[in-house]
Amino acid sequence: MSNLTSVTLDDFGSIPAVPPIIRVRGLTKVYRVGDVDVHALRGVDLDIPAGEFVALVGASGSGKSTLFHILGGLTPPTAGSVIINGKNLAAMGTNERTELRKTTVGFVFQKYNLLPTLSAEDNIKLVEFIGGRPTEFTPEFIEILELLGIRNRLKHKPRALSGGQQQRVAIARAIIKKPAILLADEPTGNLDSENSTAVLGLLKDLNQRTGQTILMITHDPEAAAYAGRSVHMRDGRIV
Amino acid sequence: MLNKLIFANLSHRPVRTILSVLAIAVEVTMILTLVGVSNGTLDSTAERARGVGADIIIRPPGSSVMSSLSSAPISEKYIPWLQQQPHVALATGTVVQGLSGFDSITGVDFPAFDKMSGGFQFVSGGSPVNDNDMIVDEYYARQHKLQVGSHITLINSDWNISGIFSGGKLARICVRLPVLQRLMDRTGYVTVLYAKLDDPKQADAVAASLKSKLAGYPIYTLDELTSLYSISNVGMLKDFIWVVIAVAVIVGFIVVFMAMYTAVLERTREIGTIKAVGGSAGLVLSILLRETLLLAVLGTIVGIVLTYGTQLLMHALPSNLTQETVYSWWPIAGAIAITGALLGAIVPGYKAVQQDVTEALSYE
Repeated sequence: MSNLTSVTLDDFGSIPAVPPIIRVRGLTKVYRVGDVDVHALRGVDLDIPAGEFVALVGASGSGKSTLFHILGGLTPPTAGSVIINGKNLAAMGTNERTELRKTTVGFVFQKYNLLPTLSAEDNIKLVEFIGGRPTEFTPEFIEILELLGIRNRLKHKPRALSGGQQQRVAIARAIIKKPAILLADEPTGNLDSENSTAVLGLLKDLNQRTGQTILMITHDPEAAAYAGRSVHMRDGRIV
Repeated sequence: MLNKLIFANLSHRPVRTILSVLAIAVEVTMILTLVGVSNGTLDSTAERARGVGADIIIRPPGSSVMSSLSSAPISEKYIPWLQQQPHVALATGTVVQGLSGFDSITGVDFPAFDKMSGGFQFVSGGSPVNDNDMIVDEYYARQHKLQVGSHITLINSDWNISGIFSGGKLARICVRLPVLQRLMDRTGYVTVLYAKLDDPKQADAVAASLKSKLAGYPIYTLDELTSLYSISNVGMLKDFIWVVIAVAVIVGFIVVFMAMYTAVLERTREIGTIKAVGGSAGLVLSILLRETLLLAVLGTIVGIVLTYGTQLLMHALPSNLTQETVYSWWPIAGAIAITGALLGAIVPGYKAVQQDVTEALSYE
């Protein structure tokens, strides 16, 4: 692992005093669909310093979801370098990417993706169980649950929660392991405007209060306005 | 947490879970019932053989221990001859006429049989007096709803039930020896010869002596005969049990395969979520295999309980079969059910492990 880190630093040439928590260089991703190669990413360069709330904005097909999946360790890149919290993701195998998801990255999905058979509380605790950490909530995390407004909804199963509440549970699930980065994929895509505002406000609050690094994918400029910075994508490139 | 997830997954789809458990239970019941009936029937046959009180049994030439007897080829003249042999204290013969299924009627020389065995223990009524008198054991009486004074038609003759005796002695249906000989047109002949010795320890020596004098006759000591009443000595039965076990494994395999394959398809997005939050392929496989194991264990327990139901059913049915509870086969049936179930979970498990996370998360 130390070799990978040193190689990576050499590759990047200029070393900032505090390296960004996400550093992407020359990232490409090519999918094979039938006999056709689809170039989803065509050389993406991106730096995100720790503690920043960045919105990745782009139309459908711009490559933002592919970038999201690669940064989250859900799928490997075709070429290029991706450094997440000092680890070269491009050099990782399946098991290492699983480990990355277990410890370093938290996800918030558009469709919440809560396990329907478990209560909200168990959905959150499952992440700690998988990570091999104690599943009991700390007082600090209980405060976050208060902030998210779901402390009294923890015993309910997802079907008994509104969309907004489910997304708050998903946020709690994503941050309980104190991930280096929180990746949110269209977190308000399934919510009404009131709940959208609330969830975006919560993400912003979370970023400001805890310094949680957040990369949010959205095609909605209003949602992007909650972030500290917007990065635009088109045709697989940062523009 | 994992156990909670597994229980939650199974309880989330109660109908599928119940059907899977029931299917595995039927598989276990099939095996245990077959083994129970096989053991029960053989054991009750052995018990009845022991109940005769004889130390030596001589069967017709060409018959095996498991072949049903339905002829009377041995001359009655062998009875006094047998009685004159060294250490033979008492000799008698019976004649057997087969009925449908496993049933048969036995013609008995009651005075001689009473001396040899101590006599039938009658629950009601007593030994046959008239030619049309018949005695049956409690088991047969209960299955055919007979009581003393009832009438029954067997081998084209009407019989009066004169007595009902406790089971475990010689046969289930008995009439007087000369009556059955006459009906079979075999007067002067018997089917089986029994000898009681003055010293049971001499059984092996007497059997050896008789074998040398009665070439071609299967001659057994009581211990030898009863030890032969086991599944392993009945080739066809053993083969049949293996066939049933194979069918049971296939049934378990198919049921669990279908249930788990459907579960994996239905839970594609959930599996993707577990992987997305750091769950390894091993964890996903472990969840599915544990669910399968739980289904198999529950199925085994329910199957064992259902076996008591088939026992009651067998008890109520008018057949001559007895079903025993064979405890030693509980873990064997369980292992068979678990093996079939785990085999059925392999392909769905592999599918779940191989699922691409990004595709799984976008699965509708």
